[in-house]
Order: sequence, then structure tokens, then C-alpha cells
Amino acid sequence: MAFSANRDAGGVTVVAVEGQLIVANRQDLKQLMQDALDQGERKFLLDFSKTAYIDSSGLGALVSISKKVREAGGDLRLAGLNEDLRSLFELTKLDTLFTISETPSEALAGF
Amino acid sequence: MVTAARVASGDSDGREHFRVELPTDLSQVGVVVEAVVSCCQTVASVSTRTEFRLCTMVAEAVANAMVNGNRNDPARRVTVDIEFEHDRIIIAVSDEGEGFDPAAVPDPTHDAVLDSTRGRGLFMIRSLADHVAFNDRGNTIWMTLTRC
Repeated sequence: MAFSANRDAGGVTVVAVEGQLIVANRQDLKQLMQDALDQGERKFLLDFSKTAYIDSSGLGALVSISKKVREAGGDLRLAGLNEDLRSLFELTKLDTLFTISETPSEALAGF
Repeated sequence: MVTAARVASGDSDGREHFRVELPTDLSQVGVVVEAVVSCCQTVASVSTRTEFRLCTMVAEAVANAMVNGNRNDPARRVTVDIEFEHDRIIIAVSDEGEGFDPAAVPDPTHDAVLDSTRGRGLFMIRSLADHVAFNDRGNTIWMTLTRC
């Protein structure tokens, strides 16, 4: 299972991305997020603590998800990126598009 | 299970050559990445940092080959060659498409396209590899990593 979603006590939907976010599974994440939006969820944390790598399709899916959450008036935050993944966001300048926290707990405290 | 098959082993020059071939099937990208990384770990014991670079580059290049090169045609194949040469790992990914002009690919970090959902693949490969080259036709990419 690449993605697992839980709702924390503060009403934040926390989605853990395990293994990789690539062309082969990005649609599953987009669908999971769309379903949550359709159910009325508006606060989201994507936890990359257990993510090994992300390809450009995965980054594109994150951009797409971010737009949909924003259009719905929601709040999306990312957390748990290791040094390599953080560098990937920086070199593609996507760190300027997302709210990124060091840890999931830090991100949750920011909602 | 997908594994990298040994193509050649040079006793004198120290080169080792492995190959993975597969039909165009995006569901297999992660499996190919695992096969390539497993091969690299067995032959070269690469670092965590190098493994990350390998995973990202190979996933990117194989997906590009299937989508942009082979146009998602399952009858067309993708070939991944892995060569170990002294302190370098050279990964070549080839498709059966018409090829493309890498110089014509725009920079995805410009403000005007920053929120695009596409177009970061080649930029990421260039950023992660120590050296990138293409054949004239544009349907084979060579990505070189210095072992570390």
C-alpha cells in the first residue's frame, strides 16, 4: 500500500506516502485526495517520512493536488522530506509553491 | 520478477555490463528501478545518496521513454543498459520512438511555468546526474554517475 490516510484529532487528513510517488501510482494519490475533498475534508498533510523517491510525474501530481485543494478553499502542507527530497523541491523551485515543514508534528501544529 | 541480465564482463578493463528489457508498461517503472538499483548495489555498493539519484533518474528516464518515446505503445520496448566502469556507473535508457531534441525542452523553473504539472523530467535528470548525453536521434539517453 503506497498511501494511507488518517484523520487526526484536529480534523487534518494525514496521508502517508510510502516507498515512491511516481508515474505508476500518482493517479491513486490524486484520487484519494479528490475523494477526501468530495467528502468535505479541507485540511491536508502529506507525510513523506517513509518516501524513498519522487519522479517528475509525482511532483506534477502534487502541483495538481495543491491547485485543487486551494480552489476548494483548503490548506495543504508537506512534511517529512529527507535531505535528498528537500533538495529536489528546491532545485525545481517547488519549495516556493508549497508550505513545507520539517516534521509532521510541526506541520500539524501550524494548521 | 525483473532482474538485470549480465551482458558482458571484462577481465582486463574492469567493465561490467548488465541489461534490463521490457515492453512499454508504466506499471513496471518501479519494478525496473528496483532491478537497476539491486544490480548497482550488488556490483558497486552505492551510497544512500547515489541510490536516491539512481532511483529518481531511472524512474524518470524509463517513464519518458515509455510515454514520450514509445507513445505508450505496448508493442514497443524499452532497454536499460547498466555499465560499471572504474569509478563510474553509466545508465543508458533507449526507446523505439522517433526521438526528440533535448535542446528544445524549456526550463521548468521559470515563473511562468512553475505551477505546470509537466515538463520537469529532463531537468531533474540533468540536475541529478554528473553527465548526461543523447544519441543523434534522441531516443537514447546516457546518464553517468560517479560512484560515491
